[in-house]
Amino acid sequence: MSAPSTYVPKSAVGKWFESRLPIMGLLHSSFIVFPNPRNLNYWWTFGGILSFMLVAQIVTGVVLAMHYTPNAKLAFDSVEHIMRDVNYGWLIRYLHANGASMFFIAVYVHIFRGMYYGSYKAPREILWILGVIIFLLMMATAFMGYVLPWGQMSFWGATVITNLFSAFPVVGETIVTYLWGGYSVDNPTLNRFFSLHYLLPFMIAGVVVLHIWALHVPGSNNPAGIEKKTEKDTLPFHPYFTVKDALALVVFVMMYIWFVSYIPNFLGHADNYIEANPAVTPAHIVPEWYFLPFYAILRAIPDKLLGVLAMFGSIAVLAFLPWLDTSRVKSATYRPLYRQFFWLFVIAAVGLGWLGAKPPEGGYVLASRILTAYYFAHFLIVLPLLGLFETPRRLPGSIAEAVLGKGGSAAAVAAGAAQSPNTKG
Amino acid sequence: MASTSTATASEPTRRDFLFIATGAAGAVGVAATLWPFISQMGPDAATIAAGAPVEFDLTPVAEGQIVKLFWRGKLIFVRHRTAEEIKEAENVDVASLRDPQADSARVKPGKAQWLIVYGNCTHLGCVPLGHEGAFHGWQCPCHGSVFDTSGRIRQGPAPTNLPVPPYQFVSDTKIQIG
Amino acid sequence: MKTNTMLRFAAGALALLGVSVSGAAQAAEGTVVPPHNNWSFSGPFGKYDPTQLQRGFKVYREVCSNCHSIRLLKFRNLAEEGGPMFSEAQVKALAAEYKVTDGPNDSGDMFQRPGRPADAFPPPFPNPQAAAAANGGAIPPDFSVIAKARTYERGFPWFVFDMFTQFQEQGVDYISALLTGYKEPEHGVEVPAGKYYNEYFPGHIISMPPPISDGQVEYPKGADGKAQAPETIAQYGKDVAAFLMWAAEPHLEARKELGFRILVFLLLFAGLLYFTKKKIWSRVEGHAVTH
Repeated sequence: MSAPSTYVPKSAVGKWFESRLPIMGLLHSSFIVFPNPRNLNYWWTFGGILSFMLVAQIVTGVVLAMHYTPNAKLAFDSVEHIMRDVNYGWLIRYLHANGASMFFIAVYVHIFRGMYYGSYKAPREILWILGVIIFLLMMATAFMGYVLPWGQMSFWGATVITNLFSAFPVVGETIVTYLWGGYSVDNPTLNRFFSLHYLLPFMIAGVVVLHIWALHVPGSNNPAGIEKKTEKDTLPFHPYFTVKDALALVVFVMMYIWFVSYIPNFLGHADNYIEANPAVTPAHIVPEWYFLPFYAILRAIPDKLLGVLAMFGSIAVLAFLPWLDTSRVKSATYRPLYRQFFWLFVIAAVGLGWLGAKPPEGGYVLASRILTAYYFAHFLIVLPLLGLFETPRRLPGSIAEAVLGKGGSAAAVAAGAAQSPNTKG
Repeated sequence: MASTSTATASEPTRRDFLFIATGAAGAVGVAATLWPFISQMGPDAATIAAGAPVEFDLTPVAEGQIVKLFWRGKLIFVRHRTAEEIKEAENVDVASLRDPQADSARVKPGKAQWLIVYGNCTHLGCVPLGHEGAFHGWQCPCHGSVFDTSGRIRQGPAPTNLPVPPYQFVSDTKIQIG
Repeated sequence: MKTNTMLRFAAGALALLGVSVSGAAQAAEGTVVPPHNNWSFSGPFGKYDPTQLQRGFKVYREVCSNCHSIRLLKFRNLAEEGGPMFSEAQVKALAAEYKVTDGPNDSGDMFQRPGRPADAFPPPFPNPQAAAAANGGAIPPDFSVIAKARTYERGFPWFVFDMFTQFQEQGVDYISALLTGYKEPEHGVEVPAGKYYNEYFPGHIISMPPPISDGQVEYPKGADGKAQAPETIAQYGKDVAAFLMWAAEPHLEARKELGFRILVFLLLFAGLLYFTKKKIWSRVEGHAVTH
């Protein structure tokens, strides 16, 4: 979107149209000739995978909405109607339900990739913050979508999460009543969640457009973490990155189809096949796996308000990452200490996820507290200090040099593990 | 140097078998993916099952009365015709009709008093009003189509007669529709 | 079973290594893990066994249906592809044996009529209150999706392996085990009046009396004049669990079949893309092949 279009329409109609709405030129310069760093590895294919998942969720979701009934008395049965009677309804519903998980798998890879290679740093701060906004919108969408089947986990998940807002002093109770549209989670709640669950994905799509726009101003970051300088550093988006993204997407879709066809309920909860019952709470209330680390942080803190603040804070802190990280070097490839702390952070995040699924008792509580403390320490202590004390390795002079080595020989690549996907072809 | 300039250099090899096979496989995949999304628009299993034949008892329907019932969600008129109405329906020059059909072809043999037709106008689907219009059959309030006592189109914009649903007499006073 | 002992051995080894923390938590709760069964519908090529589903349906109909509704199941489902495969005529006759409430009629009254294939199975009780009143305060759960609504915790690392082995049969294993799980209470466990002790039920105290006994349901005879399957509680449990799995997931066969075809296609497509990608990138300096 930054480069002036070199697109020249071939037909007279094309010329006529292009002079009035230069959309083909925009697409051409953004997705055909756009110069990408030549050293992008497979971790960079998750942006494309995420775009695909957003479209897949919207398409399957629009279809499900044609058969679903957002009414507390009918919702559960209408989902089963989709599963039993609608032609390919079982397929479309399982695609949508598992699609949410695939979406989050991809987004977590995308976020961790950004953290590893320092993709949040100048000049990409706005790009990163837009990503955090997309992540928040995704979480809201996924949460409200999980309520719609109106099973036990839907109902109690909605009750627990909306009750988070009651932690705020003075206005908390009023906020919760307004979220519910009543004095408990009930039909009005279901109706508004359905409405918002339909709306938010389109807001996500809008922010994704901004995200790509902001991406195309400086262009992609890359495993070397240095900016592209000459044409030698880049390759056109098409066909090099279209084919690479397509290959990664197809492999990703294979995993998606594996879940949908063979283990479609693996990532769900058995309790959600029991219709919502306001009189009985399931033995273990557990959110979907992608919320577990944040749920663990919530439970780690024994104070209601502080727990809620810590949970929201654990996401909000991401938005400040560009300024919390004081190092001038982007890629962890050239930051020996940061690389180790990065993996520690990954372990802490996964550990919190595991603890989020465990009952809040005994050693689990203590472990949650330690990991919660580490989660925040990573952002608020480790990253600011690391930039001051760490001695980065020497950066290559250019992306081309990172790929080809100084003498132009492929064997002398200095970058190490991060570049290896390139040599895999 | 073969970096960015390769975009144009790749053009001649596009016709390569590998590229064609990959493109074709992608196209097949996309086309196959579309099918479930089209198929789900069709009637679902519950709708089809609910369309199973329904039985209807004619005994309570008085002479001259029109009763409405539903089969597969579609409106059906069951009309107990008077002797006069039957005569009116039979004494028509079939060749002069817009949709030529003898009254005998629209009722079951020996059961001329029972006329069973779909209840939506063949013009654009409104419900015609019974015992109205110049031919004493039906008249549609929406666009003025007029049907006779055999449900045949006589005036107005409707192109065809009110169709007869599939049905049979399971006993002297009972019909099965569907 | 051989595999089962091996699994137990492996589990023990892992527990010794201190990996299986959740297993310990599970034991503390006092739940007994139901034994693993061989189900015809497990795995990537799994299919229901129609004769088993027919037997299971017979058990449900003669025993369970006295208290448990299955409101989302329609008579017509019994004749559908990938199910018990009763004939259309059998289903019609079966449906007609049930009385279904319909109406209101022209005089405004509800009335009873024989069932049709399109009807759902009528519930044994008109409402939850009636169900509770007839069962000592406990409402017998609906059976429509119960095979997916019941599970037990697999714990780490089993749940990781399950992703690859496609183990999805916790619900049916639990249901079939439950029927055989009635026992004398363990020492020190007080069973309140009107309640029963069941090894596999979470918390062990269950409201349902032992529902079935050996020989209670007569199975169809084979050519040799013997029953198709043993008329025992264990076999009844397996058959009714299989039936309930089908009732909960009637399109399982179609799902696995379609999934396999899609995966074969995607594998080929990925192969083509891999070579296409390799070819395109071979023109770039710094990538293998050129120079």
